[in-house]
Amino acid sequence: MSTHSATPAPLRSNALAQTWYMTQRQLMAIFRQPAYLLITLVQPVIWLFLFGNLFKKVVELGGFGTTSYLDYLVPGIVVMSALGSSMWAGMGTLEEIERGTLNRFLTTPVSRGALMNANVVQNGISIAVQTVIILLLGKLGGAHYPGGFGGLVVLAVAAILLGTVFGAFSNALGMLVRQRESIIGINTFLLLPLTFLSSAFMAPSQMPSWMRHIADFNPLNWAMVAGRSAMSADPDWGIVLGRGGALLVLAIVAVWLSTRTFRSYQKSV
Amino acid sequence: MSTRAPAVEARNLIKTYPGDVTALNGMAVTVETGKVFGLLGPNGAGKSTTVKILTTLARPDSGAATVAGHDVLRHPDRVRRAIGVVAQKSGADPVATGRENLQLQGRLYGLTGAALGRRVDELLERFDLGHAAKRVVKGYSGGMQRRLDVALGLVHRPEVLFLDEPTTGLDPEARAAMWDEISRLAGDEGLTIVLTTHYLEEADRLCERIAIVDRGRVVVEGTPNELKGELRGDAVHVELRETVTERSLLRDALTGLPGVHDVLLDGRRVSARADDGAAAVPVLLAALERAGARVAAATVARPSLDDVYLRYAGRRYSEAEAAAEAPALATAGDSR
Repeated sequence: MSTHSATPAPLRSNALAQTWYMTQRQLMAIFRQPAYLLITLVQPVIWLFLFGNLFKKVVELGGFGTTSYLDYLVPGIVVMSALGSSMWAGMGTLEEIERGTLNRFLTTPVSRGALMNANVVQNGISIAVQTVIILLLGKLGGAHYPGGFGGLVVLAVAAILLGTVFGAFSNALGMLVRQRESIIGINTFLLLPLTFLSSAFMAPSQMPSWMRHIADFNPLNWAMVAGRSAMSADPDWGIVLGRGGALLVLAIVAVWLSTRTFRSYQKSV
Repeated sequence: MSTRAPAVEARNLIKTYPGDVTALNGMAVTVETGKVFGLLGPNGAGKSTTVKILTTLARPDSGAATVAGHDVLRHPDRVRRAIGVVAQKSGADPVATGRENLQLQGRLYGLTGAALGRRVDELLERFDLGHAAKRVVKGYSGGMQRRLDVALGLVHRPEVLFLDEPTTGLDPEARAAMWDEISRLAGDEGLTIVLTTHYLEEADRLCERIAIVDRGRVVVEGTPNELKGELRGDAVHVELRETVTERSLLRDALTGLPGVHDVLLDGRRVSARADDGAAAVPVLLAALERAGARVAAATVARPSLDDVYLRYAGRRYSEAEAAAEAPALATAGDSR
């Protein structure tokens, strides 16, 4: 019908390339916010060395599987940091909606999947980098990783899966409620209980039994248990695969949910 | 008649938002290829909703539309390749540089490598952004940001460019510059521009055809001159000292006056059209005096789009704007 095509036969960029372009954009945005970068680096340092020193003697109670509290703490801090940087993803999405950036992309032929997947990929890369930094900081502070490289990779994957779960939920929330206050409220409500009802700071055998039972249902704890086991000298691969598998299922459900919310956002424009 | 298919054709668009807000109520427009077409109306008239449907962002409850020959509901992806969109809100990434914004936009349309680089350079130069290409957009002035928005909409050389209130929020100087820019774009080979505005002056100046939109539908359409020409003669406005209680008496006194027609009574204001405005003033004043109405001021003006609006929407443009404010406040933060 149209008599002329103005574009000189463009190469059709596929969804994969587009996902990468959108991911790059988001990573660049993070890099350009030095304050944000600094805070995300300072926080684990505080956790590691303040808590690490404050509760140093707690390992003497037993059940930590190590004689150095720092060894025990590192996987917990990695997973907590993954949660901390993912649960605010919805704020970014909200800003993109308010600024009109999301609508600008929606009027281009960009794959809708690429828009959503870029959030997941960017979050995953950020958590991977964060994890490497915390592991190096831990090493500097004298932590041991008896499980070797394989164990560290398992911890990183578990942290990324957990981040995917909370990043996707946060995005869904942002698109659904369209209010910063709701995201802030839910996050502050969840952060402390999720952290302290897990094995982040305390060996499960030292926890009150009701807390231990609740922690069994806490995805944060799944990631810590899987990572910690893989990093130990004698990994229990049954536990690693069980918890890791549960995280994977949860991540798939969360991403599916956020894709659904994205569709309903498109209908509400 | 144009030999080419229309660039935009929308028929009987209906769109209702939750809470029974009727945004579009039988909206219909036809835009010829290569023309600058204006949708003029107050806030809340349905201009932006129309643009959202034509740019595949929103779906109508019923009705049909084609853009560049593609059905917006059946082939949204083909429509997206053919259109450029400059929305009301900037949409540029504030923490990316001007160049990065343009590069990403180009990549989304499949431009790569040297062709992409050339196109981006071309646009940066054309929109006078070359000196700011490496700066993040957050630091741009309002006018610069708007120019970047237009450049973003043009990256892939679209057939139809949508400009949704391109000058709202700009200072007078930046607005004048944007007007020049749009006029230049209008000269581009084959580019069709659909522009929405609530500035009468803007529509009059830029558009070859205008559709006046009120309450979700087009009330009248034509070239600015046709619209103004349909109002025979000059506009005569008389301001009364006080509101007249005996409105029927006043109305009787004002009917059948020689050379005066289309008399409209609106509070303390009397508006009429006259073949010869200067000659009609004494006639009108005499009639008003006979009816016992005291006159505060009288003006004669060549027809403006404001008069066109008054005639077809049955209310003064500024009043429609004010009326639109109230519901707009009630749904603040919920742009539609």
